Amino acid sequence: MTPGAEVLASVADPLLQQRFGSTWWRATGAAAALVLVMLASVAWLLLQGIGIWGVNTSVVWGFAIANYVWWIGIGNAGTLISSLLLLTRQGWRASINRFAEAMTLFAAAIAGLFPVLHLGRPWLFYWLAPYPNSMQLWPQWRSALVWDFWAILGYLMFSLMFWYIGLLPDLATLRDRARNRWAQLAYGALALGWNGSARGWLLLESVYKAMAALAVPLVFSVHSVVGMDFAASLMPGWQSTLFPPYFVVGAMFSGFAMVAVLAALLRWGLALQALITPAHFDAIAKFLLFGSIVLGLSYATEWFMAWYGGEPAERDMVRYMFGGDYGALYWLMLACNVVAPQLFWWRAARRSLVVVCVVAVLINLGMWLERILIVWNTLSHGFLPGTWRVFTPTLWDWLLLAGSLGLFALLYLLFCRLLPVVSMHEVARQRHEQAAGA
Amino acid sequence: MSHLLLAEFADPDTLLTAARRARDARMAGLDAYVPFHVEGLPEALGLRPPALREAMLLSGLATAVLAFAVQWFSAVQDYPLNLGSRPLGSWQAFVIPCFEIGVLAAGFAGLAGLLRGAGLPRPHQPLFAVPGFERASQDRFFLAVDDPAVGRQRLQEALDGLAPLSLHEVG
Repeated sequence: MTPGAEVLASVADPLLQQRFGSTWWRATGAAAALVLVMLASVAWLLLQGIGIWGVNTSVVWGFAIANYVWWIGIGNAGTLISSLLLLTRQGWRASINRFAEAMTLFAAAIAGLFPVLHLGRPWLFYWLAPYPNSMQLWPQWRSALVWDFWAILGYLMFSLMFWYIGLLPDLATLRDRARNRWAQLAYGALALGWNGSARGWLLLESVYKAMAALAVPLVFSVHSVVGMDFAASLMPGWQSTLFPPYFVVGAMFSGFAMVAVLAALLRWGLALQALITPAHFDAIAKFLLFGSIVLGLSYATEWFMAWYGGEPAERDMVRYMFGGDYGALYWLMLACNVVAPQLFWWRAARRSLVVVCVVAVLINLGMWLERILIVWNTLSHGFLPGTWRVFTPTLWDWLLLAGSLGLFALLYLLFCRLLPVVSMHEVARQRHEQAAGA
Repeated sequence: MSHLLLAEFADPDTLLTAARRARDARMAGLDAYVPFHVEGLPEALGLRPPALREAMLLSGLATAVLAFAVQWFSAVQDYPLNLGSRPLGSWQAFVIPCFEIGVLAAGFAGLAGLLRGAGLPRPHQPLFAVPGFERASQDRFFLAVDDPAVGRQRLQEALDGLAPLSLHEVG
């Protein structure tokens, strides 16, 4: 069997021929149930307003904005991983880029929901766009909210195009391999008539690489904008030039952790052992180790600058982070983000799927705590002691978070049922080039 | 495409040799249909690299300039809003949406150029009726010659020794 045929047999044929087992149906059912929970909590929110959440007059951002930052962080990684590894010619990328990009799309779309729902009157979010209106108003261009609007919108649409262009030849493969009339029609319509002409490949290659080169600064800018939402304020703990790069590294870190978890699940669920190998987990684990060191350095810089800057409110903020109302969570966050990944200094740990997955889940928990604490600590402990208040999430806060996880899972399960999770044309090409080089 | 000849091969290296021979024999209208991008194939076929990236750059820059103009016009001319005496034309704040929109526009231009250049969308094409052509997206490599001066005989002679798996005439 040629390398290309082997890839087709392991990626395309399960989609087209096999029935997906009961595990897939059970997982999809559970995810759909969570989506219903999300719909119910959003409906209640629209009826009652954001008072159903734990937000109060001090901690005005609460869960929603922290969850937004967490999701957009995960959403940043897929396109970054894919484009950065393409530009640096990392061949092993071919096995992971497709599902990492899908992760990006779903996570970024979910992230975009949170600030909209947090608006109070979510149905008016389109006021952020400049359009001719009877009130003769324009958006406030100097507001960070407008930056967010363009950054998320631009990033989401750009990632969708990048993903689709890479997917186009694989859709044509599915169209040609399908035996079922409906599958032929559906994949045929999505493939737009791609015929694999050398001219087409030349164009695709040219556009795809150019888009990868644009995607890298775009990703950096998107998460920097998210960081600037905080840094452009005057609050202790937020007003720092460290924030944009610190947010970008955090995004890459949590995104790679999510990719590791998804890779392990897909490898097990779709039997892709030949395509997603321990070498991939090894490479991801090295990125995670690097990310944890940079993040540790960022935390240390925060503490140092608070002391060195000499501003009492900043110094008090660091004391509050370690020993205040949320101190235990801060220590847990440090353990997850900085201590746990140190296991990856050992090669055996990097190559063990169990260790990589457990640490990756811990990192995702740690990164969620980090986002939560950035919002809670500063808003709970601002300049004016009279405004100090603690945030306590309500049931509706938790339900919306759980629902967003369910929506992500549902979209992802549908993605692996309907589309090839591994880029077949890129793996076939990589195998061919390896064989030619050997 | 009144006279398209298709020669089928089992591997990309033979296709590359075939493409070079066809080009050396001065055949016109060369193309290939392959399941993945084969390094060196465009050069072997004599395809010119597209000017897509220039178009992407230009549309990105033009859109960024337009975005800046809209922001400046609305914030300074049409709807000046004094917020704590900050300057109305705060270009530092304006460049961020310009960058995001510019990159998005470059992406759109790339996608549009790809679709236009590859003649998509075109869900059905006469090529798809060729027996075995469905494997062009899987594991077979086709050389296409669209040259009225080249007949089946001449192509067969040019490909002597390369043993194409099949030779089809389309149209």
